[in-house]
Amino acid sequence: MEVPILKQGDYLIASIQSALSDADLLKLQEELAERVGKFRSRGVIVDVTVLDVMDSFATRTMRSIAHMLKLRGAEAVIVGIQPEVAFAMVQLGLTLEDVATALDLEEGLAYLQQRAKGEQESVK
Amino acid sequence: MAKITKAPPPPPSAHAQPLPEVTSALLSELVAHLRQNRAQLREEWIRRITEAQLLTAMTKEEIFAEATSVFDNYVEVLETGSIEALQAYARNLSERIIPRGVETQEVVGIVLLLRDVLARSLFQKYQSNFDLLNRVLDAYEPAANRIANTVAVGFVQERERIIRQQQEAIRELSTPVLQVRERLLILPIIGVIDPQRARQLTEQLLRGIRANRAKVVVIDITGVPSIDSNVANHLVQTVEASRLMGATVIVTGLSSEIAQTLVTIGVDLGKMKTVGDLQGGIEEAERLLGYKVTSAAEAAGFINSRP
Repeated sequence: MEVPILKQGDYLIASIQSALSDADLLKLQEELAERVGKFRSRGVIVDVTVLDVMDSFATRTMRSIAHMLKLRGAEAVIVGIQPEVAFAMVQLGLTLEDVATALDLEEGLAYLQQRAKGEQESVK
Repeated sequence: MAKITKAPPPPPSAHAQPLPEVTSALLSELVAHLRQNRAQLREEWIRRITEAQLLTAMTKEEIFAEATSVFDNYVEVLETGSIEALQAYARNLSERIIPRGVETQEVVGIVLLLRDVLARSLFQKYQSNFDLLNRVLDAYEPAANRIANTVAVGFVQERERIIRQQQEAIRELSTPVLQVRERLLILPIIGVIDPQRARQLTEQLLRGIRANRAKVVVIDITGVPSIDSNVANHLVQTVEASRLMGATVIVTGLSSEIAQTLVTIGVDLGKMKTVGDLQGGIEEAERLLGYKVTSAAEAAGFINSRP
């Protein structure tokens, strides 16, 4: 199942609607990389609220999405990881070390906005 | 004197396993005897209890009252052979005396004393007729042993039930997740953390983060006496899981012993923010959340803290 990617100002929002196959994940990665360039987005939010499991492949793909988007000039935030999922992930040793995370979409947007503000200030 | 003596021949099987009718006839004779000498036997029993310094937590009157009812129950069970009434009584007795600090050994001790006192009186009564005494004891001993067993097991079961109940109560009480400010939770942990509790703590915290939309969590472990590597790893996992949910965790109140243990067992605490005490942790959390706490006087300009 395809993941809808919405444009919201400077940001892209990929809102996952159902459990994803490995192929879907790779497709998402490709699409995001392309759209970030097309819309000149500054940040991307991947909403995983509906997922009730994140396996090692999904986690690795999220990481590579984040790294790749960074190279394309956008910051990625994973939002909506559920308590049970978070607990299961750390038990499997999947901790998404260098990827930004937030509670939900709202928090993710707030995080990106703050980052943007911080960058502006540091330039000044 | 170097003669080899043979072991005495085993008693005839009729003695070891008397016919049921014979047993019940003997038991009713026995019960009649015990009823007749109730006052004297009870007196003797209480004397032996006091002598052995059992039930020191109870007063003399209480011992007398309990002894009377135990004695009557005992004789009744001998008569009817039904241990259900005794079981109920044992449970009831345990409920009353466990809070008084009566130990298992004392309960077992008094029941065994009663058994001995009654056996003695049987010896005395039937001393002239050894054969009859033997048969009376055959009837008496299994019943008496079963009673002793029932009371002891009942006592221990009651104890275990209380312990289980208390464990549950402690478990429920011990893991509050509290909101101190908008988006700031504290989790004060008191007491020993076992793996089960650690897991429960984590689950509650993660749920609390979602429910309160927390951004910063302060886990205070001032009240934790010691930590092993399992629990330390669990703590690290909790921190990481919280981060996955977008919350920063600050751990406060690591005692010097715990700090030493963690360094010795080589737990990777690189990902953990730690602050000395709860106050410092809350101040750090406020800073992260963008709060600035000023006293009213300072805010009004009475104290000129800035140049």
